[in-house]
Amino acid sequence: MQDEPTPIELTKSVADFLRGDIAPLISGHQAFKLRVAINILDLVTRQLTQEEQSDAAEVERLRAMLGIEGSVTELNRALAERIAKGEVDLATPGLAEHLWATTMDKLAVDQPNYASYKRELGRNP
Amino acid sequence: MIEAELSRSVRRWCKGATGVTGAAKLSGGASQETWRFDIVHPDGPIGAILRRSPKGYGAAPTRAAGLAAEAQLMQLAFEAGVPSPRVMHVLVPEEDLGTGFIMQRVEGETIARKILRDDEYAAARPLLARQIGGVLAGLHRLPQDKLPELRSRGATQEIAEFERDYRSLNWPKPVFELALRWLRDHDPGPSGETTLVHGDFRNGNLIIGADGVRAVLDWELAHLGDPMEDLGWVCVNSWRFGEIDKPVGGFGSREDLFAGYEAAGRRVDPARVKFWEVMGTLRWGIMCGGMMQRFREGPDHSMERAMIGRRASETEIDLLRLLAPRGS
Repeated sequence: MQDEPTPIELTKSVADFLRGDIAPLISGHQAFKLRVAINILDLVTRQLTQEEQSDAAEVERLRAMLGIEGSVTELNRALAERIAKGEVDLATPGLAEHLWATTMDKLAVDQPNYASYKRELGRNP
Repeated sequence: MIEAELSRSVRRWCKGATGVTGAAKLSGGASQETWRFDIVHPDGPIGAILRRSPKGYGAAPTRAAGLAAEAQLMQLAFEAGVPSPRVMHVLVPEEDLGTGFIMQRVEGETIARKILRDDEYAAARPLLARQIGGVLAGLHRLPQDKLPELRSRGATQEIAEFERDYRSLNWPKPVFELALRWLRDHDPGPSGETTLVHGDFRNGNLIIGADGVRAVLDWELAHLGDPMEDLGWVCVNSWRFGEIDKPVGGFGSREDLFAGYEAAGRRVDPARVKFWEVMGTLRWGIMCGGMMQRFREGPDHSMERAMIGRRASETEIDLLRLLAPRGS
């Protein structure tokens, strides 16, 4: 077991420093690059916070739908193949719900401000 | 310094020009750059833009028409009254500037978010969807016997090409598989009519002024194909920049776009437009994957490129909204 602070706390402290102390000192193209850098650290923080739980839920859904065991990557590969072969489609019970849940979890990490995501978040699934 | 080469160049072909000033790079990837500069002239400065591939970057990416074709298309568009900058000069090797061309600078805004938010464009915004329909109609009517040599691409070939690009990423994405499946099932086949297709006609590639569309830019993906492709691409959600209820670039409705197109004497096939919108959404998603791959394998190891890789999920949610919409 590693010591603390956790990677989440460490990453967040760097992002906060760059945002609070460095960003006000920089302008032009470097300021743009700094914003990108901060966005990356924020994304990493969100992923470290959410990934374990969302992957576990995704694996659960995939096992139930496909009836096989495997890692989240292996199961995604299996689902992709079945869709490509036409064995699974939107008429398959659970597929649409699974893809929606998985995609919403991805957006929550990648782009939580994306307008389509915010719109869908406001719906009752 | 590029100003020395540009000064030599303009003195050759612009009568009375004595040199150039204020050269600044606007954008540049590894293979293509855009510069702005002013031609110094006794009658007053002339605003100009240089588009070029620097020396050593002659080979265009496979899908690109090439800068020479781009120059020819812009000039044709200009002559036909499609909003376009006038091409002033096509570079020749002796000028030592690489390959490309110099065009008149059109004042206005290209940054999509500014066009969608700034007060300056408030009066133009509600008119743009219809206006864009008219511009596309003019573009699709450019005389085919005068076009440069362009690749020809229909729906079926495009599906196969995107599938190959996607598979080469080795990036299993169930939503992309679903979209590929949908595209194959809804492939409309060859279009009744083949025209020039701009290929990247969208908010971000248009110069907009307070009066509306002033110029269509970035013709590098021009090809021959189904004219409905351009109508679908301009509606892809990625180019609405947050204004998701206004499909046409965040400006307005499909109905306005179609009305503008038909008022200019051309017919719209809404089912084909929808097909190309789905195709376009997947296309941008696969391009995000390509960015990720280039980031990983170099030479462009930039943070920006890395983050574009993480925008593929935006296209996944948009594909689901198109193909498996949820109730309200």
